[in-house]
Amino acid sequence: MAKSIDVSDLDIYYGSFKAVEGVNMTIRAKAVTAFIGPSGCGKSTFLRSLNRMHEVIPGARVEGKIVVDGQSLYDASVDPVAVRRQIGMVFQRPNPFPTMSIYDNVLAGNRLNSKRMKKSEADTIVEKSLKGANLWNEVKDRLGKPGMGLSGGQQQRLCIARAIAVEPQVLLMDEPCSALDPISTSAIEDLIHELKSEYTIVIVTHNMQQAARVSDDTGFFNLKATGQPGHLVEFNATKKMFSSPDEESTEAYISGRFG
Amino acid sequence: MTALDTRPAETRLSKPRLPQWAPLLVVAVAVALGLLAWMVGANIALAVLVAVAAYLVGMPAWSAAVESRRAAVDRLATGLVWSAFLVAMVPLVWLIVTVVKNGASTVDMNFLTFSMRGVIGDEQGGLYHALIGTLLITGLAALISVPVGILAAVYLVEYGAKSRMARVLTFLVDVMTGIPSIVAGLFALSLFVLIFGPAVRLGFGGSVALSLLMIPTVVRSTEEMLRLVPDDLREASYALGVPKWRTILKVVIPTCVGGIVTGVVLAISRVIGETAPLLVVAGFTSSVNMNPFDGRMMTLPVFIYTEYTDSTAKGLSYAWGGALVLIVIVMALNIIARIIGKIFAPKTGR
Amino acid sequence: MTSTATRPDPTPEAAPDTKTPLALGDRIFRVLAVGSGGLIMVALAGVFIFLAIEGYPGLSVDEDFYRPATSFLGYAGPLLFGTVLAAIIALVIAVPFAIGIALFISHYAPRRLAVPVAYLIDLLAAVPSVVFGLWGGRELAQHIGGISVWLEENLGFIPLFAGPAAKSGNTMLTAAVVLAIMILPITTAICREVFAQTPRLHEEAALALGATRWEMIRTSVFPYARSGMVSAVMLGLGRALGETMAVAMILSASPVVTLNIISGSSPATIASNIASNYKEASPDGQAVLIATGLVLFAFTFGVNFLARYLAGRGERRMAR
Repeated sequence: MAKSIDVSDLDIYYGSFKAVEGVNMTIRAKAVTAFIGPSGCGKSTFLRSLNRMHEVIPGARVEGKIVVDGQSLYDASVDPVAVRRQIGMVFQRPNPFPTMSIYDNVLAGNRLNSKRMKKSEADTIVEKSLKGANLWNEVKDRLGKPGMGLSGGQQQRLCIARAIAVEPQVLLMDEPCSALDPISTSAIEDLIHELKSEYTIVIVTHNMQQAARVSDDTGFFNLKATGQPGHLVEFNATKKMFSSPDEESTEAYISGRFG
Repeated sequence: MTALDTRPAETRLSKPRLPQWAPLLVVAVAVALGLLAWMVGANIALAVLVAVAAYLVGMPAWSAAVESRRAAVDRLATGLVWSAFLVAMVPLVWLIVTVVKNGASTVDMNFLTFSMRGVIGDEQGGLYHALIGTLLITGLAALISVPVGILAAVYLVEYGAKSRMARVLTFLVDVMTGIPSIVAGLFALSLFVLIFGPAVRLGFGGSVALSLLMIPTVVRSTEEMLRLVPDDLREASYALGVPKWRTILKVVIPTCVGGIVTGVVLAISRVIGETAPLLVVAGFTSSVNMNPFDGRMMTLPVFIYTEYTDSTAKGLSYAWGGALVLIVIVMALNIIARIIGKIFAPKTGR
Repeated sequence: MTSTATRPDPTPEAAPDTKTPLALGDRIFRVLAVGSGGLIMVALAGVFIFLAIEGYPGLSVDEDFYRPATSFLGYAGPLLFGTVLAAIIALVIAVPFAIGIALFISHYAPRRLAVPVAYLIDLLAAVPSVVFGLWGGRELAQHIGGISVWLEENLGFIPLFAGPAAKSGNTMLTAAVVLAIMILPITTAICREVFAQTPRLHEEAALALGATRWEMIRTSVFPYARSGMVSAVMLGLGRALGETMAVAMILSASPVVTLNIISGSSPATIASNIASNYKEASPDGQAVLIATGLVLFAFTFGVNFLARYLAGRGERRMAR
């Protein structure tokens, strides 16, 4: 079910300002790909272009191609709504819908897409998604309670459950653990390990050790100079990236000499 | 890639979509239909309605046929939201056009300089007395409300801060913005009747009523402005040994004086058109009265009302003339307020 | 928390009258400021008190004044009914528009349009009510008169449109439409503030799930804005209840209680009744009118109080 993503010559603009330049990469299916790099170098911007979320900001556009399973995401005939249905996203700060219960939160995406779901069908989806997010046992007795009543780590897993409930091809994660404590973080990292057997996962992280722990491939983003667009410096298997990277600046970043 | 064959339609990203220019096309068609309706005799409002309805039916239908039900609902919502705005503009434009059209012929130098004193039949009258009255009464009202309002705001921001009285006061001021103007008039009336007896009418009473309506606005806008002044500024002043009251008077208020003036001018523009309280307390008369503390005084809004209730053609035309003058004054005040606001806007860097 | 310049005096015997003139100025200023705040609260209480004092005799004057009713309640009843009826119809018309326009400004309009649009709606609030009355009573009324005839013919089975339709249009329907236009600005302004404050994070959560813009608004914006919208509606209600001149200049009033909004005899509202009958009122009549004014004040005060309270509660809840 999970797909690979091919990116060719991608430039991302906000109005006339070029934020990211010339990205080329292939994101493998059913694997975890991590993006690392210093702040402001375009990792999150690039991530958001993968599900066309950057278009939420008026004036944002791309040039170049992103192809998922032979379909170009930016074709004129493609509705961003359809893209986001296939490529899900989990955000930096957990954002369950505040006025909905845990049950309703998980189903939020499905409810948008199908008109009427039988209760049994809905229950199955909720259980499957919460189990997939390793949250089922903790909340199965209080599905009717508000989503906001959970701890930070639980809320984030709820958001993951919500994202996988619509059965996307790809799951994007924008620094999913940066607002969480170490124990929740490691719970999420274990979850990512399990999820990759079913989904293609792309994760942006500030934490290099996390990237090393969790990912199969890694991309290092950097700015050429201040005021310049961000670009992809190197893209390699994680093992290679962290032991003998090709580029000098990658080596410098990983060994902590800047960033 | 065989796993996706189980649900091909849903995973396909490329779906039929309406072209970018589709909404514009439907708008053009809808406008054409509206024009058609107008030409066969419908009045303008009905024609506009026809055009709007045509768009709201046509666009979602086309979208439902080509795209999907959800997309159609989304386009319907977009159409409704745009229509709401356009339809709401109709009365505004209509009103202004009507006032200008009907009032322009009446307003001339005579109209502006004659009062209604001794005017009978078709003689030339005017609203001079009303203009004077409005100026005096509103001026007095401002004289009362501006100091009280600004000082109360100073209390809320500088002295009261977290105190209970401040919270109660803020809440009450908010609720006060909803006082019906006639109630304010009745209050002023009751106050003066208690002192002077039931037949009292005086311009100053109108000022008291108007102040009751102005003060909440002045307090709120001044409060907002004062809060915008950064604390660093105050602390710099205190550190130089300047006492609090001097700081407020010489540092804080001058920093945001533009905003305060804007708030005051807006408050004035709001009450200058109030009729009910003045009708009740200041009464009406056909002569000029320069003394706000003695006897009835005519004001511009009350002039419009009395001419209107006159039920003669001349009365009606004078009412439209008065309305035009009043609207011009109110709009001018509004514009002045915004210009002042822009010129003196605190540089918050927001 | 005091930040005056007087340093703590090391000698405890410092006499009080050696206070510097500067500290005196501080005290005076502070008294003025506190006094102004107090004055406002006193004035508000004063409104209740004075209206009650002057209005009380109006509760039991000569029966003639309450014609055709025979008691104060009989007199004020239809007025209260008219007030509420006009206000509710105005709300029914205005609220959908207010929500639509507020959404337009906060979520749909291109950014450069949003500010001018907001300004134009606020311009509606600048038009004095007497001008609305003039335009409504003369210009709009004719058109609504025509529409009323159509309404009677086609929808006459609904009690609202039972007719006989008054072609002049000086009816409750016209008054309600004008009221709707007048309360649109304040309702829109509050709605658009709450809509704009919806946290970006929740909007993006909905969008990332593949929601269309409208679905995102339904999922993230409306639930967040619920108490704000209620508050906006109530503030609009308060404004409609208290509006005087526009109604006075449009309606041809008679003391009936009826749901028929297109006929020529409609109940007046409390406010319009006071305005219309003020000129010829004797002192006793004046007292009756003042008493009805007190009723109106109590009513609108309650509505506004509730509205502000709900708004405050919603703010505090969302700030969690």
